[in-house]
Parts: sequence; structure tokens; C-alpha cells
Amino acid sequence: MNALSFIPLLLALVVSPLLPGIINRTKAVFAGRRGQPLLQTYFDLWKLLHKGAVYSRTTTWLFRAGPMLGLAAVLMAVTLVPLGNFPALIAFPADFFLFACLLGLMRFFTVLAALDTGSSFEGMGASREVFFSALAEPALLVALATLARQAQSLSLSTIFSRVSGGHWLQAGPVLVLVLIALVVVLLAENSRIPVDDPNTHLELTMIHEVMVLDHGGPDFAFILYGAALKLWVLAALVVGMVVPDTGTLWLNLILSVSGMFAVAVIVGVVESVMARLRLLIVPQLLVGAGALAAMAFLLGLNK
Amino acid sequence: MIATNLILVLVVLTNLKLLGSSRIGSSIRVVAAQGVVLGLLPVVAHMDDLSLRFAVLAVGTVAIKGIVFPWFLFRAVREADVAREVEPYVGYVTSLLSGVVILAISFWMCQRLPMPETLASSWLAPVAIFSIFAGLFLIVSRKRALNQVLGFLVLENGVYTFGVGLAPQSSLLVEAGVLLDVFVAVFVMGITIFHINREFDHINTDKLNTLKD
Repeated sequence: MNALSFIPLLLALVVSPLLPGIINRTKAVFAGRRGQPLLQTYFDLWKLLHKGAVYSRTTTWLFRAGPMLGLAAVLMAVTLVPLGNFPALIAFPADFFLFACLLGLMRFFTVLAALDTGSSFEGMGASREVFFSALAEPALLVALATLARQAQSLSLSTIFSRVSGGHWLQAGPVLVLVLIALVVVLLAENSRIPVDDPNTHLELTMIHEVMVLDHGGPDFAFILYGAALKLWVLAALVVGMVVPDTGTLWLNLILSVSGMFAVAVIVGVVESVMARLRLLIVPQLLVGAGALAAMAFLLGLNK
Repeated sequence: MIATNLILVLVVLTNLKLLGSSRIGSSIRVVAAQGVVLGLLPVVAHMDDLSLRFAVLAVGTVAIKGIVFPWFLFRAVREADVAREVEPYVGYVTSLLSGVVILAISFWMCQRLPMPETLASSWLAPVAIFSIFAGLFLIVSRKRALNQVLGFLVLENGVYTFGVGLAPQSSLLVEAGVLLDVFVAVFVMGITIFHINREFDHINTDKLNTLKD
């Protein structure tokens, strides 16, 4: 661990709320609106943190603990992800497994808090969220395992510093498949459009949004911030694969951060041009992503 | 090498798409696309010693698999008034997962089989065997006669892939013979589909069981 390892962490903490702003701005441009300010998420977080929270009498300590533990889990995940050629704060063999587990833990606490409210809508949302993530998680793990195999390393930091232009030339098809799988996982895990609509106003069709309906004030700020960080870490995986190694440390960092913004723009474009899939079709999409990842893994094994 | 691998990946992708696809029209289009991609395979795989035979084989394959078969199958769909849904015995998600398992088995098998040195790519044999198994799976897991024809075509594409990979050794005559067989088979099946449909008002082959005494 050296001082430079703090840079990816600090960037994630400071810049991540910008990503939802960029997505919303892209969607606004597509729809011909002016849209929210880019910094809207920061304003929301500021406002929510100064509010008080209202707790229902039917809820227990689980409901209050959920957002905090969820944020803690995703903060841990942030420390595992490298950016550019800067290694992550914590790196050890097989840390990508811990990464997937931490994202799972975050979801677990959100689901527990949702179920704790006793609202039937929240139960439905929790059920769907768990179902879809159970399908998305194998895709994520197999995709990361394929990358680990290609880079001959088990740690996220070394994997992403080694995957470079040479790999793309040698095993291009494999990496393209992994990339597609990762993008689908990114969209599904962050409840973006082909899977879930973050702007929906009907509780019946919500997945993620309905689970956090009963949270308010600082709790909701934690959830919003956690969601932004989650988008950041998953986008960092995609960016880590694509951004080429220029040889200069700081140029890499600048490229990577602009890559993150580019991912946000792409998510915004996807949301603008696609309709949401029917709930019945979503499992097919996620299993398809898993199949692509598994195919990449098999092709990568036999070179 | 890279171009060959790209084609093989496309073949696997089209097979997976077929396993997960719920519409007959799109299935036919995917099989046609697979045929066209495979038609390019002999040219790409033997780029260094390109001869007229490979060019003729490529043109013939693209013409038959990419144009004649789809036209014929679409005609069968129209004449027999087939519904657009696939109606599988095995669900789409299960089919897709089975496809991944079949792919893993194909790779495992090909590691244990002795392979000739001249194969154009190390992925060629596994992908060929995967196509054969995927075709078989499509034949047994779909109700409609039309989907079974598609499965048969995928199976033949697997045989073709393997043949092209070995082309310097094996005679292209064999390949041409197989192509002719398949052509006749699809032709006969197309007519049969039409006749089954006229007799029984549908082409669900599972109902044919009730014909036996």
C-alpha cells in the first residue's frame, strides 16, 4: 500500500455522485429538455443529510441499520477497485471474490431493511431484486474469473493493470464477450433501464426504488450515496478493461476518469433509446449475460 | 487466425441465440446468418493457399444456406400458416443454460481427443462439436417440425465446420455431397411440413404419436 493508492478511493468518494447527474443530463438532452444541474445528486445529499428521519413504529433496529451497513459494504468494495494504473487501497489474491460478496452484502442489508417495514410493496421489490441479482452475480463472477485467467492474476489491481492492448489483439473475442457481460451486470446491478426503471412512479413495477421508499432523511442520503458508489465501482471494472495503458500514470488516470463519465453517458443513451424489458424477459437477459461470460471463460481456457 | 476465431465465436453466439430465441422468424434469420458466416470460413481459414475450390465452396454455401434455405423456410412458414411462437418442451432459459453445459462438454471432449495438427484454430473442433450437439438439442427440445429442420441445419453446420477445418486432407467432394444431402432433406421436409399441416391443421410433431396403433 502506498500513498497513491488513496487516489482511486478519494476520487470515488468525491466524484461518484456526479455519475447519476451525467446520466440524467444525457437523458434530458435526448428528450430535448434542459435537465437537472449536473451536481443535483450533491444538492440532494446535502438536503437529505440536514433532514430528520421518520421511523415507523412497526420497524426495528434492522431498518435503521440497513442503509448504514449497506453504505459500509460498498465503501469496502470501493477500496478494492483500482483506477487507471493506480492500485487499489487493499489488494490481495482472489479479492474479486470479496468484491462480489460485498456487493451482495450491501443488497442483503437493503433487502432486510425493506422486509422489516412489513409493506407488501417492499416485499415484492425485495423478492425481484434478489431474484435478478442471483442471476447477475454468476455473470459477474465468471466474467471476473475470465479476466483473472487472461491476466494470470487473482487480484483486481494486477488484473486491470495487466489487461492491455496485447490481450485485446490476442484474445479480442474473449474480452469483448466479458465486456458485454460486465455492461449487462452494470445495468442490472444499478437498476438501470433494460432491467429496472429508476424514474418509474408505480410501486408495482419498481424493483430497487420500491425497497427504499420508506427511508427518509440521512438514511436515504446513505442509500443514494451508496448507489452512486456502486455505479462507480462497476463502471470502474468496465473502464479498467477498455482504457489503454499510455505509460504515463497521470494521463492514465485522466483517461480513466473520462472513461467513467463516458460509461455514464452510455448508460444515459441506453436509457433514452431502449424501453424497459418485461419482467419475464429480464431473467433471459441476465442468464444470457452469464452464458456469454461462461463462453468467454471456456474460450479463454483453450487458446 | 483472428478472423477464423471471430467466425467461430459468431457461430457459438448464433447457436446460443437459437437456443434462447422464442420466434420462428428470427430463428430462421439467425440460421441464415450462421450459414453466411460459415460460408466465409473456408476462405478465411485457408487464406494462405487460397484456391478456386474454396472460393466455389464459399459461394455455394452462402447461396444455399444464406438465400435458398431461408427463402424456402419462410415460404413453408407462410404456406403452412405456422404460428410465430417456438413452443419448446424445454424453456428458453433452461435451453440457454444447457447450451453452456454442452459447450463446456465439447471443450472437455476435444481436449481428450487426438486432433490433427492442421486445424485452422484450436477452437474449431470444439465449436464444430458444439454445433452438432446444439443441433441435436434443438431437434429434441422443440415441438414444431419447422424448428426441427432448423436444428438439423445447425447440426449440418457443425459437420461443415469440422470439414472445412480439415479441408486440405478431406476432399471437398464430401462437403459438396453433404450440402446436396441437406438441400434435398430441407426440400423434402419443407414439403412434408406443408402436407402434415394440410392433413392435421398443425405441425406439432408430438401429436404424431397418437397415429400409432
